[in-house]
Amino acid sequence: MTRKQKRLAVIAGGMGVVAVAAALVLVALRDEIVFFHSPSDLLTNAVEPGTRIRLGGLVANDSLNRSSGTLVRFAIEDGGSEVEVEYNGILPDLFREGQGVITEGAFQPGSPVFVADTVLAKHDENYMPREVADSLREQGVWQGEGEAN
Amino acid sequence: MIVELGHYALIIAFATALVQSVLPVVGARRGDQSLMAIGDTSAIVSFLLVLLSFCALTYAYVVSDFSVQNVYENSHSLKPMIYKISGVWGNHEGSMLLWILILVFFSALVAFFGRNLPKSLRANVLAVQGWITTAFLLFVLQTSNPFARIVPTPMEGRDLNPILQDIGLAIHPPLLYLGYVGFSICFSFAVAALIEGRIDAAWARWVRPWTLTAWIFLTGGIAMGSYWAYYELGWGGWWFWDPVENASFMPWLAGTALLHSALVMEKREALKIWTILLAIITFSLSLLGTFLVRSGVLTSVHTFASDPSRGVFILAILVVFIGGAFGLFALRATSLKSGGLFQPISREGGLVLNNLFLTTATATVLIGTLYPLLLETVTGEKISVGPPFFNLTFGPLMIPLLLAVPFGPLLAWKRGDLLGAAQRLYVAAGLALLAGLIVVYFTTGAPVLAALALAIGFFVMFGAVTDLALRAGVGKVSAGIAMRRLAGLPRSAFGGAMAHFGLGVMVIGIVAVTAFETEAVAEMAPGETIDAGGYTLRFDSMDPNQGPNYVEDVGHFTVLRNGAEISRMDSAKRVYTARQMPTTEAGILTRGFSQLYVSLGDFVTPEGAEAPTAIVVRVWWKPQVTLIWIGSVIMAFGGLISLSDRRLRVGAPKPHRQRKAGGPVMEPAE
Repeated sequence: MTRKQKRLAVIAGGMGVVAVAAALVLVALRDEIVFFHSPSDLLTNAVEPGTRIRLGGLVANDSLNRSSGTLVRFAIEDGGSEVEVEYNGILPDLFREGQGVITEGAFQPGSPVFVADTVLAKHDENYMPREVADSLREQGVWQGEGEAN
Repeated sequence: MIVELGHYALIIAFATALVQSVLPVVGARRGDQSLMAIGDTSAIVSFLLVLLSFCALTYAYVVSDFSVQNVYENSHSLKPMIYKISGVWGNHEGSMLLWILILVFFSALVAFFGRNLPKSLRANVLAVQGWITTAFLLFVLQTSNPFARIVPTPMEGRDLNPILQDIGLAIHPPLLYLGYVGFSICFSFAVAALIEGRIDAAWARWVRPWTLTAWIFLTGGIAMGSYWAYYELGWGGWWFWDPVENASFMPWLAGTALLHSALVMEKREALKIWTILLAIITFSLSLLGTFLVRSGVLTSVHTFASDPSRGVFILAILVVFIGGAFGLFALRATSLKSGGLFQPISREGGLVLNNLFLTTATATVLIGTLYPLLLETVTGEKISVGPPFFNLTFGPLMIPLLLAVPFGPLLAWKRGDLLGAAQRLYVAAGLALLAGLIVVYFTTGAPVLAALALAIGFFVMFGAVTDLALRAGVGKVSAGIAMRRLAGLPRSAFGGAMAHFGLGVMVIGIVAVTAFETEAVAEMAPGETIDAGGYTLRFDSMDPNQGPNYVEDVGHFTVLRNGAEISRMDSAKRVYTARQMPTTEAGILTRGFSQLYVSLGDFVTPEGAEAPTAIVVRVWWKPQVTLIWIGSVIMAFGGLISLSDRRLRVGAPKPHRQRKAGGPVMEPAE
C-alpha cells in the first residue's frame, strides 16, 4: 500500500467506528431517555401506559400508606394535581410527607396509579431536586431558589 | 487571627500567581535566565502560601471556630476529629481550596523536580500553571471565600452532611483531585509546547510520568468513590452513571488514551499533534467536570448549595482556557512536524485503535452527560439519561477494545504480524473460553452472553500473562533463564501488563455482579429468615445504640449456610442529631470475592400496636463484586510500577538522546 492508501484505510476505519458510535447514540437517545413530568403536566399531557417517565413533586400529606409487606402507596402533588404512586421496596432515608421526591416508572394500562420502580433519594435535608423546584415554581407553590439551602 | 492569616496568605498567593503567570513567559521570549527562574521561585512560594491558608482553615475546623461561616455550616463540636478534618473539603469553599492546593502542589513539583527540563520549556509550563492558579484563586477570593466570618458567633455548628461523615470522604476527594488536577501539568506542557512551536520525543518522555501520576490517582479516586457510594448510600449500586461520576470518568478515559498515545510519541515520534490535542482535551474535561460539579447545574450528591455567580465564573474560566488552548492549537498545530511512519498492523496501529475507541467512548459519555442540559436549555423539556443509554452506547464500544487489548503488546513497532500475535494468543483465548464455560456449567441457567463476557475478561487477564511469558521466553529457554529474563524486564513492561491484568479482573467483577446478582426484600420480625445467594439470614434482634453525634437502631443478623451458623452481621439505621437526618448503614459480609449486603428499611407497626413489630429488610447477594475494586487497585498499582521505571523518571534521558536534548533541538525559541 502506498502512504496515501494507508492513511485512507486508517481514516476509513476511524470513520467507521465513529459512525457506529453515532448510530448507537442516536438510537439510545430515541429509546432510552426518560422524560420528566409533574402531576399537573399529566392533566394536559397524558402519557401512554407503559412509557417510562419520571414523576416528581411533593409527597402529599397523610398519603403514605403501607399495605402489606414492602408495598408502599403514596401520592405526589404539586399544588395543581395529585397522582397516586405505588412502589415495592425500601424508601430512601429522606423520604417524608411534604418533601420533594422524584420517582421513575410507568402507568399500567387502565389504571390511574403510577407504578414506580425507583424512588430517588435526596442526599441533604435542605435539598430540593431541581426539576421539582422548577415545576413547583410554575405552580406557585414554592418561591425558593433553584436549590433551597 | 489565624483565620485572617489564612485569608491574607491566599491573597498574597494570588499576587505571586500573577507574577508566575507573566514573568517566566517574558523571560522565555527574551532568553532571560533570571526572569525564567522566577517561575520556580513563585511556584514554590505560591504552594507554601496556599498550604498555609489551607492549614489555617483546617485549624478553624479542628478547634471548631464557629465564628467562621464555613465551619459553622459544616461542622459540629461533637464530630469525631477525623471528620472535622475531612469536613474541610466536604463543602464547596473548602473543596475549591483543596483543588487549588493540589494545583500549586503540582506546579511546585515541576519547579522542584523539573531541573532537567530545558529552561524555556519549564518557564512556559510554570507560567501556564500560573494562569490556571490565578483564575481559580480569583474565583475563590471573589465568590467562595472560606474565611468569611459571621457575627454573632453561633454556639454550635450545623454539622456536616452525615453521608459525608465517612472515612471514604477523607480519602476520595483528595485522590480524585490529585488525578483531576494532575492533568493540568499535561495541559501546561501541551500549551508550552505550542507556545514554543516545537515538540519531540523528549517532550513525550517528560510528560509521561506526570500523566501516569495523575492517572494513578484518578484511577484510585474513582474506585474509592465507587466503593464509598456502594457501602454508604445503602442501595448496593457501585456505578450509577450519575453526571458527576461521568465528570470524573471522562478525564480518566481521555487520560488513559493520552497515556497510550504518549507512548507512541516517545518511541516513534508519531502522533505528535494528536497527543498534544489529547493533553488539552483531558484537562478540558477535568475543568468541565469541575464546572458541572461546582456550578450546581446538575442534580447530584456532590452539588452543594449553589450560587449562580459561581457557575458563571467557572464557565468563564472554562471558556477562556479551553477556547484559548484550542485556538492556540489551531494556529500552531500545522507547524509541528509529524514523525515516524507505520503500517496499520503494528504496535502503533494498536495504540491508535485504543485511542480511537477510548476517545469515541469519551464522546458518548460526554453526549449522555450534556444532552439533558442542552435539551432543557433549548426546548425546556426535562429528561434524564440513565444507565440504559450508557449500556447501549458505551458498552458495545468497550467490547472490541477489550478484545484488542491482548494483541497490542504482542505486535512489533512499525510493522506487526497479526497472525503471529493471534497464534501466540491461542492458549490464552482457549483458557478464557474454558473459564467462561466452567462458570456457565457451575451456575446453572447462566446466560450464554454472560459467559462470553466473562471469557473476554479472562482473555484480557491471560493475555497480559502471555505477554510477560513471551518476553521472558517461557517454553523456549530453560525455566531458570526465563525467570532471570523475567526479572530483567523493564518495570514499565511489568506495569503495563499488570494494568491490563487489572482491567481483566475488573471486567470479570462487573460482568459477574451484573449477571448473577440476586436480591430479596421482605418484612421481617425477629426470628424470621430470608434467603439470598445460597445463604440464609436470620434476623435476631433490634437494639438502640448511641454514637458520638448520632443515635442508631442496630439490626443483628445471623448468617447461615446449610443450617450452620457461619457469621453474624449488623446493619443500622442512624439519625444524626444535629440535622435530624437519617442514614442507612449497610451491613456487608465478604465471602471470598463476593459480598452479602443487607440494608434496613422502615419499621412496620401493625394497626393498634404500640411499637413496631417488624422491619423491612433488603438483602443482596453480590457475586465477585469486590473484583471491581481489586481490579482498579491492580491497575493503579501497575501504573505505580511503571512510574518507578528508571527510564521514565523526569530528566533521565537515554545516553544518545542526551546529546540531542542538550543540542539545538530544545534551545529556547528566539
